[in-house]
Amino acid sequence: MIVGITARAAGTDAPVEQRFGRAPYFVFVDTETGKAESIENPLVDAAGGVGPRAVQMFSEHGATVVITGQVGGNAARALGMGGIKAYAYRGSGSVAEALAEYTAGNLQPLPL
Amino acid sequence: MKIAIASGKGGTGKSTVAANLACTLALSREVALVDCDVEEPNLHLFFPDSAVDVPVTTPVPEIDPALCNFCGECGKFCRFGALSVLKDRVILFPELCHSCGGCSLVCPQGAIEEVPRTVGRVACSCPLPSLTLVSGVLNEGEVMAPAVIRAAKMLAEGHPLILYDASPGIACPVIETLEGVDACILVTESTPFGLHDLRLAAEVVEGIGIPAGVVINRSDGQDEETLEFCRERGLPVLMTIPFSREIAAVQNRGGLICRDLPGWEERFADLFEAVVKIVGVSP
Repeated sequence: MIVGITARAAGTDAPVEQRFGRAPYFVFVDTETGKAESIENPLVDAAGGVGPRAVQMFSEHGATVVITGQVGGNAARALGMGGIKAYAYRGSGSVAEALAEYTAGNLQPLPL
Repeated sequence: MKIAIASGKGGTGKSTVAANLACTLALSREVALVDCDVEEPNLHLFFPDSAVDVPVTTPVPEIDPALCNFCGECGKFCRFGALSVLKDRVILFPELCHSCGGCSLVCPQGAIEEVPRTVGRVACSCPLPSLTLVSGVLNEGEVMAPAVIRAAKMLAEGHPLILYDASPGIACPVIETLEGVDACILVTESTPFGLHDLRLAAEVVEGIGIPAGVVINRSDGQDEETLEFCRERGLPVLMTIPFSREIAAVQNRGGLICRDLPGWEERFADLFEAVVKIVGVSP
């Protein structure tokens, strides 16, 4: 399973970013192999409509779970219709710590 | 002749000037008054009358599921996020679409067709024998103000004299309103905010190359800074409306000062003559 996590920098040591579509980086972790891929988000400075476009990127990377602070209405609709689950991480920890919290079942699902 | 009334800052009195100018001119000729402030049109408050509505539509994408292979090109192309391509479906956000048509051009499958979607309406009425009022109304939550403005302007096309009441600001709706006009009246007020935004609006009309003049509204008589700015930029001051309780009272009950207060019909007639002069042609 691929989990996509919004982050402030590349790598699993980077702090989690609370914003979804405007997060500077997306870190995709394959929970089977433990491999992580970080991509720089080209939408950081986009004028608008970043939610649906970010969801498309998550879908392209095969993510079925998203960990972020919160998502907007359009992103929620796209995630919901795409069957991608979203979980809220409101802490100040790293991508790896957020993923551990998710694996332990401690994160609340975001309403989609 | 086409005259736009713009301001930069909101609430300076664009609609007041537009309504009074239109009412004055309608005494002697045919006038079309177009409310281009489509997010909050209000000229109909000065001219209550029954109106005929014409819907305004913009083209939005429709996906043919038989042809789409979810390649994602349309979603990558759309900078407004109006399409989100997932593994087995395309999700449309028509309210985010700016109707550029790019998605249907980049689709390698030819799976995208454009279909009309209603985003607003244009209300047409004849509140005075020689006055046609054309009001653009953008539906709530929509972003395509320029499409409604374009439609409203098109419905007024053909009138010999058209006044366009612009929205505040200097963004797309104002640029759309200014397209093709012969002159622009910039309405400002005696405040630092009024002057700040007058500067922006003056830059816009100068950039487009539209002859312009200034109306100072709610003047407290201390307009040195505004006058200095107008001198610097070569903008004639066409009219000054004082900050007065009497004027405010007429305005607040939806009245027109050109009709209800002595002397103002003549002043608005003079304003028109002054605008004609800056255009440099006969109306």
